[in-house]
Amino acid sequence: MLLDHLLSLTIFVPLAGTGLLLFIDGGRKALLRGIALGTSLITLGLSYLLFLGFRPNAEFQFVEEAPWIPGYGISYLVGLDGISLLLIILTTFLVPLAILSSYKAITEKVKGFMAALLVMETGILGVFAALDLFLFYIFWEAMLIPMVFLIGIWGGERRLYASIKFLLFTMLGSLLMLVAIIALYNQGYAELGRFTTSYLDLRQISLSPATQTWMFLAFGLSFAIKIPMFPLHTWLPDAHVEAPTAGSVLLAGVLLKLGGFGFLRYCLPLFPLAVERFAPLMVALAAIAIIYGALLAFAQTDMKKLVAYSSVSHMGYVVLGIFALTLQSVTGGLLQMINHGLTTGALFLLVGMLYERTHTREIAHYGGVAQLLPKFSAIFLITVLASIGLPGLNGFVSEFLIILGSYPTQPVGAIVAALGVILSAVYLLWLVQRVFYGMPSKQLKAIAEKEGKMPSDLSRREWAVLLPIVAMMIWIGVYPRPLVSRIEPSVQALVSEYRAATEVAAEDFAETLGNNGEN
Amino acid sequence: MADTLYLLVLFPFIGFLVNGLGGRWLSGKQSGLVASLAVAGSFLIGAQLFLGLLARPEDNRRLVQTLFTWLPVGELNIHVTYVFDPLAAIMVLVITGVGLLIHIYSIGYMRDDPGIRRYFAYLNLFTFMMLNLVLSDSLVLLFMGWEGVGLCSYLLIGFWFSDAAKARAGMKAFVVNRIGDAGFLIAMIMIFDRFGTLSMADISWLAPGAGIDTTFITTVTLLMFVGAVGKSAQVPLYVWLPDAMAGPTPVSALIHAATMVTAGVYLVARNSALFALAPITMGIIAAIGTITALLAAIIAITQTDIKKVLAYSTISQLGYMFIALGVGAFSAAIFHLMTHAFFKALLFLGAGSVIHGMGDEQDLRKMGRLRQLMPTTFMTMTIGALAIAGLPGLAGFFSKDEILWSAFNSSGGISWIWLVGLATAGLTAFYMARMLFLTFFGERRWAEGVKPHESPSVMTVPLIILAFLSIVGGYAGVPEALGGHNALHHFLAPLMATFQASGEASQAANHPLELLLMLLSTGVVLVAAYYAYRFFVQQPGLPETAAGKFPQLYRLSNRRFYVDEIYALLIIRPFRALADLLWKWIDVRIIDNLVNLAGRTTERLGGALRLMQSGLIQHYASLLLLGVVFILLAVAMG
Repeated sequence: MLLDHLLSLTIFVPLAGTGLLLFIDGGRKALLRGIALGTSLITLGLSYLLFLGFRPNAEFQFVEEAPWIPGYGISYLVGLDGISLLLIILTTFLVPLAILSSYKAITEKVKGFMAALLVMETGILGVFAALDLFLFYIFWEAMLIPMVFLIGIWGGERRLYASIKFLLFTMLGSLLMLVAIIALYNQGYAELGRFTTSYLDLRQISLSPATQTWMFLAFGLSFAIKIPMFPLHTWLPDAHVEAPTAGSVLLAGVLLKLGGFGFLRYCLPLFPLAVERFAPLMVALAAIAIIYGALLAFAQTDMKKLVAYSSVSHMGYVVLGIFALTLQSVTGGLLQMINHGLTTGALFLLVGMLYERTHTREIAHYGGVAQLLPKFSAIFLITVLASIGLPGLNGFVSEFLIILGSYPTQPVGAIVAALGVILSAVYLLWLVQRVFYGMPSKQLKAIAEKEGKMPSDLSRREWAVLLPIVAMMIWIGVYPRPLVSRIEPSVQALVSEYRAATEVAAEDFAETLGNNGEN
Repeated sequence: MADTLYLLVLFPFIGFLVNGLGGRWLSGKQSGLVASLAVAGSFLIGAQLFLGLLARPEDNRRLVQTLFTWLPVGELNIHVTYVFDPLAAIMVLVITGVGLLIHIYSIGYMRDDPGIRRYFAYLNLFTFMMLNLVLSDSLVLLFMGWEGVGLCSYLLIGFWFSDAAKARAGMKAFVVNRIGDAGFLIAMIMIFDRFGTLSMADISWLAPGAGIDTTFITTVTLLMFVGAVGKSAQVPLYVWLPDAMAGPTPVSALIHAATMVTAGVYLVARNSALFALAPITMGIIAAIGTITALLAAIIAITQTDIKKVLAYSTISQLGYMFIALGVGAFSAAIFHLMTHAFFKALLFLGAGSVIHGMGDEQDLRKMGRLRQLMPTTFMTMTIGALAIAGLPGLAGFFSKDEILWSAFNSSGGISWIWLVGLATAGLTAFYMARMLFLTFFGERRWAEGVKPHESPSVMTVPLIILAFLSIVGGYAGVPEALGGHNALHHFLAPLMATFQASGEASQAANHPLELLLMLLSTGVVLVAAYYAYRFFVQQPGLPETAAGKFPQLYRLSNRRFYVDEIYALLIIRPFRALADLLWKWIDVRIIDNLVNLAGRTTERLGGALRLMQSGLIQHYASLLLLGVVFILLAVAMG
């Protein structure tokens, strides 16, 4: 019985946990943390059942449908396919780690903080699972509120600026998307003869090329901001620098993926002709992002900003993979989202741990950390290697698939992406060089003097945060097959449908031309 | 028999895990023993497989084991498949054989280093990666080994990372190699796009009959060669190798002389079927090899750091191997790869023994007259130097001769490649003799308090074994002109493609000419060695006089043609400036200012946004509600 609602359970358990938190006295911090962690672990367990029960085919699974606002054809409709499954696992995997990582860093307003994290989890899971556009929109908006709070309340010095910037950017995208959803709804009525917001129904309708174009732009802007694509990325470094570690982890780890997911779930199936039309532009922007993000990462003096800009570069690979539109490239793009979530999530966790010890993120203040914190440094290095795409670790698998898959349709993009591999080694190894090697810096010694002791290596709690991610990075690098086999059927269906749609259009066009010629 | 192939890579991997994760429970010596045993295990398996291979008929010398499917996506299918054939056999024996000796030597050399467990963990990881590189059938898994050895190189060059300069040398090696790797990566995707497979066996089988156009094959092979140029330290990407000497000396012997740096040579030889179809690429390979061989030899002459001499010598010898590849003498390249592994590992370990005995002194100007104090080191290093110089009868003579003869033949007579190769042989003899004389002969120039002593037997025994190999190693490939039948060449022949302009094709002919050329090169070597003797033993003042006579020339060589400085000026500084410019101008000034401008306009409404901490959730929720109402209204009206 419960298993019939496994997906809904997974989505709403975090929200229920939040409900529980409300009854706890705000001063009982350990209990609040424990409940939040327990809730997120239960959610992780439930999502693992989803992973186990998922059959590797292109169908939507664990589908649940219940009428919601029947008069308007709005229903509660959720389901999973290969596109959303792993993103859901990624979310449920990262949230407990984010919670655990904030045990020491967040000591004020713990209740609100944990509540915000859990509400956000429900929102994100809802976005991935929703198969009703109205439901999708509600979740989409709902998950943003807690993020704005995380930055605005628990953030750094310029948290207000950063959170408002984040909010404005996001709202701009959301509003346009809302308009497009309404238009799509009307179009659906015109064609199907009934009101519906079901994604599964609206997929069936055919839209004119002109309609597709503006709808693609309206949806796409929202997604492009989330990813973020060049030149819509400038909210990201600010948001990251100001956000608390847990916020950064979820922001980089999951929130950015909503953009890539949106393109795959909505733009590709609903607006294939527009996708075909804009693919060259998107690929060009992706290629720019790969190089530009890497160069900017190289120029940074703040560790967190460096990681933020590296996200711009790495997410460029995702966009390239998606818009190169081959089985391998899209599979790679999807896997790259998972991998980026893991490695960049880990990098933010690590930078946060370093910050907790030294209270500075300025790279120039560091030096010789490897000597002081050998275990921490080893984990950091492994994460960096995963991030620069060293074969044997996770990043390589997806970057390789993207580059290999993009070459047949987007050779220039593929080559730029291959060259980007050089740059990621440059900026990340240079970071490692400056922070970890050499003798301990003056600043670090001064800090140690003030504290009365040298900073200590990883604590047991920190091991618990980092080891699961490192294990995943190695597992995906060595044996990616279980993940790929679950992704592939859905991607295959997506790409074939896209091909069919664009080919039909091309034939129609040719026919029209032919007819004109006869006339 | 093929089902034991995985053991080859498994042993060093276990060694890596034991030392990497359980090192704290081991003493330094135990750690070294574990690591050495792991490599010994691989060596024994390798030797057994090799004998098994020999017992088979020539056309069936190929053992295959597939472990699992790594990455299947659509038509892309990458299997973890190991292939043990003659080429792999030679590589495996060199890697595990020479590797084992270096592991044992390291037990003595690294005895007092607090990081010894980490050291052996890295060394085993390296062996694991290197074996993957030479055993994998898939280009992707070869690439995994390729980048994996690069990682180990990075870690071991920067082994003493508290010295920022040493760590930086490691980073330089990784980054420069990455430039080559990008080329390799692009070559791979182009190959997959054309052939639909990344299995090298399939590609070699498909390529000759595929009717490939020149542009494609030239591009692909050139890109692959770019990868080889990075890894095997050829012009213009060789600059990382001299700096790599910052690592412990046994590492220089194993990774930066005997094995990893030869991976580029292996890559080209392994894919000879592709390269043989690309005459333009072959020409470029030969040219790059020639330039590198000469340039590095010239630089080696004036270096004062004993390890730098050997580093440039390695670059130069790798150049020889690429000359061989470029003229289509693929098996000659592998022959030289093997003999070079023996004598260069020997020379590096010998240098390590000297450095060790001198209390970490690497400056040739502070050595001298060490021959009585370090007799074993002296004897073995002398054998190594004679072998590399190409004294008749020693290993280097046979392999170098085969390359020169192939170069001569490929153009059907005297060519600039052959001439430069010959001149380089002379230079090699000169700088090797110089190194030997400055170290072991002449005046004692070491500082007070330094007590040079011979190294313990855990270090000298590997030297003796390598010296033995440097003598006999060449007899695997005695040319027919000297009454041999070039066993190695025939062993490898079934795997190597025939290049149309090959230097090998007409090799069987003209024995008298070949003998004549051998005499000529021997003469050049002897003359060069004599001059070194006059310069550095008889008249120690002569080098300075000579340097004074040609100050520019001396400076160019001594300062390594200023290549690092040129790269800094032309590449690194503009790169930094560009990154800074993009950040401070494009990103902050232009893009972000536009955003802020848009933001400021809304900020007037934004008084409300200050409610942030208190009331924003209601604010936002009402906005959301407003959106919902808007939808419903629109629906109602629509």
